[in-house]
Amino acid sequence: MGKAHIQEAIEKVVERGDKAFIPYIMAGDPDISQLKEQLLFLEKSGATVVELGIPFSDPVADGPTIQEAGKRALNSGTTVKKVLEALSSFRDEISIPIVLMTYINPLFKYGLSQFFKDSQAAGVDGVIIPDVPLEQRPLIDEHMNRTDIALIQLVTLTSPDHRIKRLAQASEGFLYAVTVTGITGARSAVSENLESFIYSLKKHSNVPVMAGFGISTPEQVKEISSLGDGVIVGSRVVDLLHQGKREEITQLIQAAVGTPASH
Amino acid sequence: MTTYSQPDQNGQYGQFGGRFVPETLMQAVLELQEAYEEAQKDPAFHELLEHYLKDYIGRENPLYFAENLTKHTGGAKIYLKREDLNHTGAHKINNTIGQSLLAVRMGKKKIVAETGAGQHGVATATVCALLNLDCVIFMGEEDIRRQQLNVFRMELLGAKVISVTHGSGTLKDAVNEAMRYWVSNVEDTHYIIGSVLGPHPFPQMVRDFQSVIGKETKQQILDKEQRLPDTIVACIGGGSNAMGMFYPFIEDTEVKLVGVEAAGSGIQTGKHAATLTAGEVGILHGSLMYLLQNEDGQIQEAHSISAGLDYPGVGPEHSYLHETKRVQYTSVTDEEALDALQLMCRKEGIIPALETAHAIHYAVELAKVSPKDEIIVICLSGRGDKDVMTVKSALEGRQNG
Ligand SMILES: Cc1ncc(COP(=O)(O)O)c(C=O)c1O
Repeated sequence: MGKAHIQEAIEKVVERGDKAFIPYIMAGDPDISQLKEQLLFLEKSGATVVELGIPFSDPVADGPTIQEAGKRALNSGTTVKKVLEALSSFRDEISIPIVLMTYINPLFKYGLSQFFKDSQAAGVDGVIIPDVPLEQRPLIDEHMNRTDIALIQLVTLTSPDHRIKRLAQASEGFLYAVTVTGITGARSAVSENLESFIYSLKKHSNVPVMAGFGISTPEQVKEISSLGDGVIVGSRVVDLLHQGKREEITQLIQAAVGTPASH
Repeated sequence: MTTYSQPDQNGQYGQFGGRFVPETLMQAVLELQEAYEEAQKDPAFHELLEHYLKDYIGRENPLYFAENLTKHTGGAKIYLKREDLNHTGAHKINNTIGQSLLAVRMGKKKIVAETGAGQHGVATATVCALLNLDCVIFMGEEDIRRQQLNVFRMELLGAKVISVTHGSGTLKDAVNEAMRYWVSNVEDTHYIIGSVLGPHPFPQMVRDFQSVIGKETKQQILDKEQRLPDTIVACIGGGSNAMGMFYPFIEDTEVKLVGVEAAGSGIQTGKHAATLTAGEVGILHGSLMYLLQNEDGQIQEAHSISAGLDYPGVGPEHSYLHETKRVQYTSVTDEEALDALQLMCRKEGIIPALETAHAIHYAVELAKVSPKDEIIVICLSGRGDKDVMTVKSALEGRQNG
């Protein structure tokens, strides 16, 4: 469980010569009752870890696709409490690590100590909170310390070297390399200086480096995952799941992790 | 009170404030803080700012004794700090001129801003025209409908106004979009936030640029009355005109400071923007502050007849001054504000902004029950030209029952 579970899952894939793939989906889109089946599908398709969004009314780091998914999830009544309850009820039937991604306010309102305690009990392995930078970590650190949950740090193209070092050392489970200067959402072109960026992250990080934001095609998955330990795909997966195009999600995942036959 | 020295090095006012922003913005926010501190120490920056405040904005503006209004209430003397006489018609430009000069100093070529009433948008578009900066303004579609005239003003001034259709289509959604835009264009763009909100150093910087209001008021009242006022009243959206007015008086504990929020249709209806009266502590738009939110931590829509008060949060420093009780916060409904607006028109020949009318209502009611030798100052944050259509339809609505 927790930090080690995430890191080992990624390393296992990398050691056999493939790359890790982390799909992002929004819990409660279209309804929380489908979460278990959605997670089972992603696991079966070869996902290494799942990043599970909890909706927030004002997601400033997200583009239109995830904003819309969040709206659908809020409309279906999704809350932090409901997501944790759902996970508790079926967690032992899914073996891949689960990382929650949400903004600080819903967690603050839930109560930070309670949130980490309940997350641990629900089998959550890690959390990503994009609006809590390193400087504000004291707010959550004291509440996390008693758990084994990984706090995953984002590092961006605008982070200067001295910050990159601190972020790489502070991150647990994996280091999230944000591949665009911007918000989430599919993009056709990929930043040019990505290679040197990910290279420098690999140098400083004790945990795997996963690249994400704006990745949307199997070609991009192949190209970008080759630079680090794997990729995270959000908007495109959310979109495909919403449209019922599951075949294409499987293709994205397999562009990184390979097909079951190739393992 | 001893010396007041908020915020601390981390941008916190007690537990409030901070820098809750995505990593992509962290470097920009830290660089801004550095550039601001450096500019603060540079006499040339102050000289330039002074020049524009005086010759472009038209400061200092008067502290006017509202004799008719005072007679009407039969109580305390009412003074009006005339921010409505600034170029562009509100206090907002005190901040936009300061921040745009800072942006130029930092070598930024583009400005992004959000706007609610459109006053901050117009004030931003104005300084961008003046200083030859590209200007993008995000505005909620509901506000675009309410403030047509200001939209056209911004466009005339060369700004690009982008309609925000997400969420409630008001100020909070415009802030979300402006922040997303900033995240995506941070290298050459400065974000001019319109109130004492956002990640550190914005709340401090906006307060400092706005505190020219309180500084002038202090000198003017001493000249006219040889003493400080008993009470100062200002309306609160995010809280910039209030913070600018209050800040120079914080250590003068004999001066009562009152912030007036929008109670909309009434606190009990749930349709209001009275964050300190009825909100809870939370984190939004980079700062820990009081918020309107539901039990799951989702931000709730604010409601007010005045677009400029229609925001579900309130600046971190106000949150702090509320908890320490240095400032008293109260609220006034749409209907009360409408009445106060008309009263000011009839008695003084001044059409105030609907935002300001909230402060006027409270001050008039207070004056009625205060002795004649007391002094009340109202921060007349802006003029009401932008609101006349809203007022017209609200009054027609009343007539038709
Ligand atoms: C005239 C006027 N007063 C007050 C406000 C409220 O803002 P703040 O609380 O930041 O002064 C606005 C905002 O648009 C305004 O236009």
